[in-house]
Amino acid sequence: MTPGVRAVATRARELLAPDAVIDDRARLRTYECDGLTHYRVVPALVVIPEDADQLAGVVRACAEHGVPFVARGSGTGLSGGALPHAEGVLVVTSRMRAITDVRPEDQRAVVQPGVVNLDVTRAATPHGYYYAPDPSSQQICSIGGNVAENSGGAHCLKYGFTTNHVVGADFVTAGGEVVPLGAMAPDAPGYDLLGAVVGSEGTLGIVTSVTVRLVRLPEEVRTILVGFHSTDAAGAAVSAIIAAGIVPAAIEMMDALAIEAAEEAVHCNYPAGAGAVLVIELDGPAAEVAAEYDEVERLCEVNGAFEQRLATDPFDRALIWKGRKSAFAAVGRISPDYIVQDGVIPRTALPEVLRAMGELSAQRGVRVANVFHAGDGNLHPLVLFDESKAGEAEAAEEVSGAILDLCIRHGGSITGEHGVGVDKARYLPRMYTEEDLDTMQLVRCAFDPDGISNPGKVFPTPRLCGEVPGRHKGAHPAQEAGLAEVF
Amino acid sequence: MGAVVRPTSTAEVADVLRDAAARGLAVVAQGRGTKQGWGLPVSVDLVVDLSGMDRVLDHQAGDLIVEVQAGARLAEVQARVGTEGQRLALDETVPGASIGGTLATNASGPQRLVAGTARDLLIGVTVVRADGVVAKAGGRVVKNVAGYDLGKLVVGSYGTLAIVTEAVFRLHPEPEVRRWVSVAADDVHDLVHAVVHSQAVPWAVEVDGTTLSVMVGGRPDGVDARVGTIRGLIGGSVSDTAPEGWGTYPWQPGETGLKVTFVLSGLRDVLAALAEAGARVRGSAGAGVVYAALAVPDALPRLREVAAAHHGSVVVVDAPDEVKASVDVWGPVPALELMRRVKDQFDPDHRLAPGRFVGGI
Ligand SMILES: Cc1cc2nc3c(=O)[nH]c(=O)nc-3n(C[C@H](O)[C@H](O)[C@H](O)COP(=O)(O)OP(=O)(O)OC[C@H]3O[C@@H](n4cnc5c(N)ncnc54)[C@H](O)[C@@H]3O)c2cc1C
Repeated sequence: MTPGVRAVATRARELLAPDAVIDDRARLRTYECDGLTHYRVVPALVVIPEDADQLAGVVRACAEHGVPFVARGSGTGLSGGALPHAEGVLVVTSRMRAITDVRPEDQRAVVQPGVVNLDVTRAATPHGYYYAPDPSSQQICSIGGNVAENSGGAHCLKYGFTTNHVVGADFVTAGGEVVPLGAMAPDAPGYDLLGAVVGSEGTLGIVTSVTVRLVRLPEEVRTILVGFHSTDAAGAAVSAIIAAGIVPAAIEMMDALAIEAAEEAVHCNYPAGAGAVLVIELDGPAAEVAAEYDEVERLCEVNGAFEQRLATDPFDRALIWKGRKSAFAAVGRISPDYIVQDGVIPRTALPEVLRAMGELSAQRGVRVANVFHAGDGNLHPLVLFDESKAGEAEAAEEVSGAILDLCIRHGGSITGEHGVGVDKARYLPRMYTEEDLDTMQLVRCAFDPDGISNPGKVFPTPRLCGEVPGRHKGAHPAQEAGLAEVF
Repeated sequence: MGAVVRPTSTAEVADVLRDAAARGLAVVAQGRGTKQGWGLPVSVDLVVDLSGMDRVLDHQAGDLIVEVQAGARLAEVQARVGTEGQRLALDETVPGASIGGTLATNASGPQRLVAGTARDLLIGVTVVRADGVVAKAGGRVVKNVAGYDLGKLVVGSYGTLAIVTEAVFRLHPEPEVRRWVSVAADDVHDLVHAVVHSQAVPWAVEVDGTTLSVMVGGRPDGVDARVGTIRGLIGGSVSDTAPEGWGTYPWQPGETGLKVTFVLSGLRDVLAALAEAGARVRGSAGAGVVYAALAVPDALPRLREVAAAHHGSVVVVDAPDEVKASVDVWGPVPALELMRRVKDQFDPDHRLAPGRFVGGI
């Protein structure tokens, strides 16, 4: 333990409950990784604050002693974002789980960062509302983690991502200042700092309270499971639906290998012999949904669907979704090890990219199962391998990286929802120029000039922040002085 | 205002800004000049007029995206994507407005209820920094969490962080039909709440004086049913054209134009305070944003009190310079220190639209 960490530990013991400050090795090891388990680092200290004051106090102590800190919600992240720092403090939000305020009349809820995603919806449902962003991990992941990753979910095609549903936050900067960002009402004046914080993967500071939008529960929901002979046919159906001006709540695709895995794991009873299935969900006013449904059914048929099943009640819907939602874990049934990739392509490039991925997989002898948010082109290729066989892990890693290059070549992104974290920092320069990354890091310098908030994540090389020259120009200083006098 | 340059490419904007940096010139970007009076008045050495960067660079209908230059007029972009039955879900609140100006002011209209504002639609952005460095963030796909979302920072920054030269937006399909249900009422609060919390999925809930208008769009069958639901809740008459003044600001030149925000439970109080102040009111009542025109800004402190009680704010958007000189244009802004630090990083010499923004930024 460095002297700095020791000093932070001492301060933390003054502020927090005795069992909320952890420094014994065995217990520290519980926190050595997040959902991306092959990166492991044991933190020097773990703190589990109960409120914003305690949390800010710890961060202030870190700032004072130049100690790095990493926030952790539920630890389900898939890019190593919550990977601890060996000489730093891990700030865990699992005791900050209060839903502070539910305001259906204002279509808002205020929650602490450790609150589990699905619990927000549970609290809002009795009022006819819900929280729209629904990552597959929603039964465990935290809102704070969602904010940090700008998490998405199957229904983000129609409803948008975390960034479209978070309107305010209390935020502790890397210096330990507590600042309110955004507001409960729309369009708070000033820079949209909250917009920059969402998706910044804990590198700017820690959110201690989050104000979210609540969305009216739809009047009707119809979920359709559609079997196709090939991913090309399924892809063509997706394009036809979008071209018809329909924005379904969700369109998810799984290929044959992913279906096979899901069958084995959860017996979801998807259409036999399908080369691809689509899970399409329509929601909204009943009459609107009925009209859209007829159209979707027809378009699937025209594009070669050989089986369509409609679910209208929650039980049947859950059955359809079960196969899709369990897909990542299910792959464990058909392969001892696998990489969950997350890349994005323009949806129209889907057939071409799938073909290229097929070739890649054949060339390298590496199996790839495909699950994706087909509506918005977010691919989750699952790259299968067996760690115990020589060379397989390396080959899988190579294929996984080549898939990202494919995404970039088609004008897409190296991550649609899982984040850059520690895992993809080295790929970021393939997507952005040095100038782009330098400019992004200006934000980092404003929030965290010493680079102590989740260092080593997102950016491959940190920017030196340096001193900001105090020169001013034009009418500004006079105006600023004038303003200061008047107000 | 100072000298005017009219670049035609991002590279030219970069040249101009590098040169301006070397000479220490204060600069302001201008799209089509329709909202140049918003915010605090600026005096600069150089105006970068973006009207020469007016092209739609790419429209990928299948991917529902459009890539445009910042000087393009919003209306022209609409016309272009409209040929494929799509729309950029931003309202032209001031005739002739450019993409760049719309982004810089985060101007929004009735559609914000269903589609959000520019911040929600912008998926990629190219900017030129005060030092002439060109940088991009985001890209051409709707879903993308790689790197910081700089687009969010420049939207609503009034040109004080960087000059936007190109932007990529997500598009929405154009609905087959739109209908407006309008009703006159002295107190619209309960009516707005009835519609907003209903299952009718209103696309816009707008107030104009004592008239409430609700717009829905979609497929004919669905829209008929939703209009039926809405009329069952609030009554009123149906039209297939927008009411006069739809999506425009209520103020005239010489008046003081305010943007007032609030949480929905505060609608009644806010409208009452505005009525007491003698304001003419129009705006997105169902989204918690209304605009008001005042002859004199005396009531500003009282209005701020009421808005703040409902978690909102009041900004003086447009007003004669002498009015702006006599009032607090932006009102209280939390996190101002952090905003200053962001400004200092992006524009350390404070040469971009100096003094126009919150706290004299
Ligand atoms: C089976 C499975 C399915 C998944 N499905 C999806 C999916 O469909 N869509 C999707 O987007 N993701 C998905 N994920 C990824 C993951 O669940 C999300 O990224 C989630 O938002 C992480 O939340 P968490 O609480 O576990 O965060 P953690 O893993 O604890 O942390 C994630 C990041 O957030 C930061 N952080 C945490 N709390 C805070 C805070 N209060 N303030 C600032 N920064 C903070 C951390 O430092 C870290 O960088 C899935 C993961 C699993 C395991």
